[in-house]
Amino acid sequence: MKSDITFGQYVEGNSLIHRLDPRMKIVLSILYIVTIFLAKSVTAFALLTLSAFLLIALTGLSPAMILRGMRPLLFIIVFTAVFNIFWMTGDTLLISLGPIKIYLEGIINAVLIILRIVLLIVATSVFLTYTTTPLALTDGLEQLLAPLKKLHVPVHEFSMMMTIALRFIPTLIDETQKIMNAQKARGADFSTGNLLQRAKALIPILIPLFISAFRRADELATAMECRCYTGGEGRTRMNVLRSTPKDWAAAFVVLVLGAAIVLANLYFPLYGLTL
Amino acid sequence: MQKTPIIKAEHLTFSYPGDAESKPVRALDDVSFEIEEGSFTAILGHNGSGKSTLAKLLCMVNYPDSGELLLCGKDLTAPDVTEEDILAARRDIGMVFQNPDNQIVASIVEEDVAFGCENLGIPSAEIRKRVDQALEEVGMTKYARSSPHNLSGGQKQRVAIAGVIAMKRKCVIFDESTAMLDPLGRQDVMNTAMKLNREDGITVILITHYMSEAAMADRIIVMNQGKILRDGTPSEVFSDPEAMWDAGLDVPQTTELLYKMRKAGYDVRLDLFDENDCAAEIARAMKRAREGK
Ligand SMILES: Nc1ncnc2c1ncn2[C@@H]1O[C@H](COP(=O)(O)OP(=O)(O)OP(=O)(O)O)[C@@H](O)[C@H]1O
Ligand SMILES: [Mg+2]
Repeated sequence: MKSDITFGQYVEGNSLIHRLDPRMKIVLSILYIVTIFLAKSVTAFALLTLSAFLLIALTGLSPAMILRGMRPLLFIIVFTAVFNIFWMTGDTLLISLGPIKIYLEGIINAVLIILRIVLLIVATSVFLTYTTTPLALTDGLEQLLAPLKKLHVPVHEFSMMMTIALRFIPTLIDETQKIMNAQKARGADFSTGNLLQRAKALIPILIPLFISAFRRADELATAMECRCYTGGEGRTRMNVLRSTPKDWAAAFVVLVLGAAIVLANLYFPLYGLTL
Repeated sequence: MQKTPIIKAEHLTFSYPGDAESKPVRALDDVSFEIEEGSFTAILGHNGSGKSTLAKLLCMVNYPDSGELLLCGKDLTAPDVTEEDILAARRDIGMVFQNPDNQIVASIVEEDVAFGCENLGIPSAEIRKRVDQALEEVGMTKYARSSPHNLSGGQKQRVAIAGVIAMKRKCVIFDESTAMLDPLGRQDVMNTAMKLNREDGITVILITHYMSEAAMADRIIVMNQGKILRDGTPSEVFSDPEAMWDAGLDVPQTTELLYKMRKAGYDVRLDLFDENDCAAEIARAMKRAREGK
């Protein structure tokens, strides 16, 4: 029984975005998010949307898949839309039905805010979750935050914890399955009863799982010690992250986009966003 | 030929501290032996006889209560040993554990093989070279970028062995590394261990419950209740099956069969561990018996 789970949503690929240095991707996604918050006018948003499509095309991922990934946020999107359409006032009254008044500004505002949420998700998922393995992300974060070690922030320790967690998630999932089967064979019932009863039925799974996880942790600690692990100090890495001209070119493109957005806000302030 | 012993233990004792409910357990009691560099030694003993405890002492994960322990000629029980000396000693002796899952740290095979070298602070390019060589040596090059989770138990153990090779260790202890594997995986790991010993001259200590594996060693140490019960070549140790049975241990099936033949009055040797040799010996003995009549 092999559960081949990709946690997070990493999609195998070899696109330009896939191959960027994970450190740069973290920086780029932050830059891109700042740019999204800078955008205020319809023209600026049009530009951003265009750039998002280009970005998705560059990764070779299917836009439908990325859209599907947004389903959990549907409620927030609908809620903001409704809120903006019915509560915003403006100059151009479109519909007036008794107490309900809908203004053009309200609709535009709703569209732009939805766009903003969607773009934020696209930015983080394209740069980070879909194109970077969790391990590369951990490595990137460790090396980006390395200067904080001087302030005694346990950067290496956190990254080691993440690495080990990533390593053991599939193992523990397998184990949970085994324990569940073992308990089922003894007549345990996980699928009927009310919420409280079902939660109670999970206890005989969690306890053995915890015991085994602690035993594993103990053995792993011994094994790591045997392999001369003494913490982050004096440690080297086999794969050192190296930024290439590609990475700097990508950073340049994103910065240019940011500048374009600011200019679009200034010179084409068509229907400014009021949130 | 006089070789320097890579491990020299004199009167080692070790107890696990007890807690509120249990008394301290004396896991090792006055254990003395020497292991020659480049040798292949098997350690046998029933459950709880102190084999793993001994292995942890040799890896300097646990520290002996009393006695002397010299690794590569360095006395680690001397009063003036420092933390650095112990860390340095750990570099030379590696261990492959029973559960293949609980010794793999990274979620990519080659990163795990590199883990030990990274800890030693070796430059990146050198690590790369060593990792590629080590994976090649255990025949896992194809899986360099895979996730260890998807490998078989035998393959996972070979990854662990590659980690040992990459660190260029002088001695490897296998603590029941084949216990959780199927026959094919066991064969895999045993072959790799033999290769390590014969081709690279790495000292191998094999802790096992399988008599057939022990019979492949140059020397067998039998442990019983924290003490060394017997110590000698496989032929010597298995020459007295009754004593082994009394210690709650087995002898190889070939030896058992030959021993029963001998008790039935046939004149056979006991120290044949290969099935074909054993069959030939029995055929010879039976022929002789027939001619004698
Ligand atoms: N962490 C521990 N704390 C307390 N007692 C322990 C601990 N580990 C082992 N012991 C005890 O020490 C003794 C020797 O154990 P050890 O694990 O060395 O045996 P072993 O020969 O490796 O057995 P096995 O064949 O089961 O692996 C046993 O009596 C055991 O109960
Ligand atoms: Mg043991």
